[in-house]
Amino acid sequence: MSVLTARMGAVRLRGFGRRHPLVRLVVMRACLGVVTLWLVSVVIFAATQALPGNAAYAVLGHTATPQRLQAVEAELHLNRPVVSQYESWIGGVLRGDFGSSLANGESVAALIGPRVVNSAVLVVVSGVIGTLIAGALGVLAAARRDSWFDHVASVVALGVTALPEFVVAIALVILFSVLVLHALPAVSAIPPGSEPWQNLKELVLPVATLAIVIAPYIFRMARGAMVEAMESDYVEMARLKGLTRRRVLLLHAFPNAIPPVVQVVGLNLLYLAGGIVVVEYVFNYPGVGAALVDAVSNRDIPVIQFVVLVLTAFYVFVNIITDVVALLASPRRRTAG
Amino acid sequence: MRGGWEWLGLLARAARTPRGVAGITLAGVVILLAIVGPFVAPHQPTVSVTATFAPPSSAYPLGADDLGRDVLSRVLAGGWLLLAVAAGSTALGVGAGVLVGIAAAYFGGVTDGVLMRLVDVLLAFPQLVFALLLVSVLGPHVWLILVAVGISHAPQVARVVRAAALDVCERDFVRAVELLGAPARRVMVGEVLPNVLSVVMVELGLRFTYSILIIAGLSFLGFGIQPPAANWGLMINENRIGLVANPWAVVAPVLLIAVLTIGLNTFTDAIARTSLGVERPAEQLAVVAGVSGEAASLGEVVR
Amino acid sequence: MSAADRESVVRDEGVSAVGATPDGGNAAAEPLLAVEGLQVVVRGSGADVVDEVSFTLARGEVLGLVGESGSGKTTVALALMGHTRRGLVIGAGRVLFAGVDLLALGERIRSLRGARIAYVAQDPVSALNPTLKIGTQLREIFRAHGVGQLGGVSVEERIRELLAEVRLDRVSHALEVYPHQLSGGQQQRVMLAMAFACRPELIILDEPTTGLDVTTQRHVLDTVRGLCRSYHVAAVYVSHDLAVVGELADRVGVMYAGRLVELGATGHVFRAPGHPYTRCLLRAIPSPTRAHVLVGLEGQPPRPGARPQGCFFAPRCEFALARCRERMPSAEALEGRHWARCVRAQEVLRLPPLAELPEREPIPPAAGEVPLLEVERLEARYGERVILSGISFGVLPRRCLAVVGESGAGKTTLARCIVGLHSGWRGMIAFKGVALDRDRRRRRRELIRRMQYIFQNPYTSLNPRKTVSQLVEQPLRELFSLSRRERSERVASALEEAALGGEYLSRYPDQLSGGERQRVAIARALVVEPELLICDEVTSALDVSVQAAIVELLHRLQRTRGVALLLITHNLALVRSLADDVLILRDGRVVEHGPGVLDHPQSEYAMQLLANVPTLALA
Repeated sequence: MSVLTARMGAVRLRGFGRRHPLVRLVVMRACLGVVTLWLVSVVIFAATQALPGNAAYAVLGHTATPQRLQAVEAELHLNRPVVSQYESWIGGVLRGDFGSSLANGESVAALIGPRVVNSAVLVVVSGVIGTLIAGALGVLAAARRDSWFDHVASVVALGVTALPEFVVAIALVILFSVLVLHALPAVSAIPPGSEPWQNLKELVLPVATLAIVIAPYIFRMARGAMVEAMESDYVEMARLKGLTRRRVLLLHAFPNAIPPVVQVVGLNLLYLAGGIVVVEYVFNYPGVGAALVDAVSNRDIPVIQFVVLVLTAFYVFVNIITDVVALLASPRRRTAG
Repeated sequence: MRGGWEWLGLLARAARTPRGVAGITLAGVVILLAIVGPFVAPHQPTVSVTATFAPPSSAYPLGADDLGRDVLSRVLAGGWLLLAVAAGSTALGVGAGVLVGIAAAYFGGVTDGVLMRLVDVLLAFPQLVFALLLVSVLGPHVWLILVAVGISHAPQVARVVRAAALDVCERDFVRAVELLGAPARRVMVGEVLPNVLSVVMVELGLRFTYSILIIAGLSFLGFGIQPPAANWGLMINENRIGLVANPWAVVAPVLLIAVLTIGLNTFTDAIARTSLGVERPAEQLAVVAGVSGEAASLGEVVR
Repeated sequence: MSAADRESVVRDEGVSAVGATPDGGNAAAEPLLAVEGLQVVVRGSGADVVDEVSFTLARGEVLGLVGESGSGKTTVALALMGHTRRGLVIGAGRVLFAGVDLLALGERIRSLRGARIAYVAQDPVSALNPTLKIGTQLREIFRAHGVGQLGGVSVEERIRELLAEVRLDRVSHALEVYPHQLSGGQQQRVMLAMAFACRPELIILDEPTTGLDVTTQRHVLDTVRGLCRSYHVAAVYVSHDLAVVGELADRVGVMYAGRLVELGATGHVFRAPGHPYTRCLLRAIPSPTRAHVLVGLEGQPPRPGARPQGCFFAPRCEFALARCRERMPSAEALEGRHWARCVRAQEVLRLPPLAELPEREPIPPAAGEVPLLEVERLEARYGERVILSGISFGVLPRRCLAVVGESGAGKTTLARCIVGLHSGWRGMIAFKGVALDRDRRRRRRELIRRMQYIFQNPYTSLNPRKTVSQLVEQPLRELFSLSRRERSERVASALEEAALGGEYLSRYPDQLSGGERQRVAIARALVVEPELLICDEVTSALDVSVQAAIVELLHRLQRTRGVALLLITHNLALVRSLADDVLILRDGRVVEHGPGVLDHPQSEYAMQLLANVPTLALA
């Protein structure tokens, strides 16, 4: 391709990008995301495999037996130089081959794959429920600012933000399962092979825990964003134009409160990726979080690598989605350029 | 109360607000208990003294745990290490984060790009998962936990501080000092840093809270402070099965962690409101970065 | 009872004679708006922000409400619609609109807002909702008031009519765009369209031309005047700019510290004011036609809750007597419907007219002087965009060169290139014959200290965490090596030159007013004994009376210290009162340059600029 056509192509591309900020954003973020993921994979690899000394023994620690040592060395190619180890690992990853579990020799992808779906369901359902309820409460609190409802809700939110997931989980278990009521199972016994949505009762407590954990942040942001919108000059102007209170609230204030809330929801979804570790462990829910905990106990490196990779890929993905939604919700940025 | 010691004045003012008082009281009680506890524990925390999950009695006011150890003694002894490691990792994380954040904001351009790429990479790891990653290979050593948790704090702090520092760097007084020929280091330390101090104070409070949560969480999962040492997080997990027999073995450490973190969070909220009450209305704290599109600063509102 | 007498009765606090006409009718003479004893207080503490405000407004009449920041004029304007900002609440008084007390209506006032009483906000950028299209924001006014038809014309047609009236009909798809896609002037015209939509009887305009170019401001003012005339709409025009008010308003009311201190026909008030504060304001306003000495006002107006006994202006008033500090004076009637709240109003009235203030003497240029600063064929860019091209001029020692232009002309870019804050330029900039490096870090200390820069915004140019003494001392620490004693001596003398006493040394910027902060900035520049001061719009963020004091300070520095000034400004009147030479910039090019540009403009652009500047008629 001659220099001229290449330059023309670039100019046309630039013009296209300028006219379609949405497409440009997605493409740029996706490229950045790929770079980030690549660097993340390097970090994961460095943390787990690039070890000095007798790596296999360090990995297995006290569970080392001659057979296991051999298995680890073969699996992780530990006798080869680090860079080539990385190459073979990342090559496998890109092909979909995540190696075999050191614990039972099965393919990691086959073993943990289904769990990804389970965890995804947990995250999405908790995210949606938590966001809807907390968001609505936040808007309500802002509309009834300084009322008793507002004060109580804000104080409760402040308290709950400080609690770790395992405390919330245990508290729920105490309340609904063990000591006070006996309505819900303390452990999510989802039989292997069945889908989570076929066992709704098992989902209630884990979802409730996660939803409660993220709710206060979304509540505070929704309230804050609505308050700021309602104190803005354009809402004052709307009132002075004689518009009804409802129209001012819903059509003028609310759309301007969406972008910051979207950002916060995104951040909370990312937080959930880490939160499911503890919650799945407590409820014995068959997801990637519980798998990770087991893998760490067993020093099952390939599983650890797989799960962390999945979680970080989730981060990149959610980041892109959040940016896109925030862009869509803001006409100023949508039409700029 | 101004100049170099202004942050102290800010803390004092925050401590006088109703939220500040509530926060300090709650957190203070627990911290005091954790520090003094090991010295006043009636029994040896690691010695089995009675039946497993024995209910509370006059000799053992909170009963016994899964190995027959006195719950009260374990509770008293189980806090100080948690707090110490949390404090250390907070200092490490906030220190590194402030450095990176101010440098990225001030120098901008390539420096900013590179630093923020690195920050982004680290942010992809949920904090607990990052700690697990390192612990899985090297083992649950206390120093490792401190460093791992500290490193996982740094990118979040960096983003928040960067957003605040960007705002400061745009203001004319920074230009005015640059025009005098002052070197970059002097400008960053003398002009930018004092003006992001209130943000840093809030971050210190928040990160300390999160450190406690993560380290307790790690201990809960068994990868933190190892048994047989007493540790609140660990105790909650160890005694889950005996929840019906002796709930105190679980409830006591749960209460302590909850009260501590709620107290710290409330006090941090008081600091945030006090400092912003000076410059901007308090509600803007929750929205200030969100509206500008910088998800980073939302770290103040979210983990 | 004649209309004039009735009005004088209404003036006295709390008495209402509106609606009661002894001759049993003559509704046409009834004022459209009658405000009686309006009071707005801070919620909680009860401190009054505005009080004892009473005036009337006839149909089709324009009342100007002037005052500086903190005078309460915006609070009054909003209260006329029954609205207060957060934290404030209406304490007492009545606002009678066509005989109905608006403040007693409660929720029902909604039907009046936007329909019979409309509001035009100060800043269209923030008053228009960024997430709604212009069309939506226009149409919803009609929907809210259940207007399906207006005088036999459908809503859509009415909207098209409106757009034509505000001269937005040429803008393609004006209804389909979002606010940020329009320019500042266009946004303000949308606000005007929204205000006149339902053919209101009263319009309240809150500083609608702030931040607009002279040319755009002229368009907006002409539009407002035209619409008011054709619809016979009464208007309350709030502003700090007396010249603008002078052109538009039939009557003018002056506010100080929350009180209406003077009210009367515009001509009367401006030519022969009755209140000392009004007189001070008028003396502080620079005129674009003659260079007279500006007289500023020291001190600040008292804040709500800190207002003294007696007349609020007494502490700053040159005519104050002992009894002024005992009781707030009541309205002194002057001729016609003109009154002022001053016990010595009659005397003030008879003082020599302001048109006869002494003129400034121009400084003749010394022959054969070598320019202090020379700029040759300067071309400046931001990335790809060319901001300045072909700029050449010189600044002579001890002279003041004003660089004038509208926004976007490139004035600030020019200043930044000279001082080293922007390095994207080509050409030559030389100081005392030495060419200046693009990279300010490579410039010699000696040169840096001789050329000092003063920023526009005094609220962001001082580090809030440093004391005044630390701020003024800083340049000495960076550019010299002096002992501590020498430094404090120099700091003290610089502060003195900027008319700040020793008590300022330990204060922090947030304890200072805008004028005081700007003086600190000036002292900071003076402490290194510069030969050239570059002042970038240094008075734009300040009130008129404060501005006058700063301008006089700069002038005095020029005369006594022999400092040359490079003044960047958009305010032509200011240029007249301070500059020896004038350079007019437009779209990055020099349009005209020389000492006599204001008196004998050669270019059409300069002539238009001068014609568009609102001028206060003092004679």
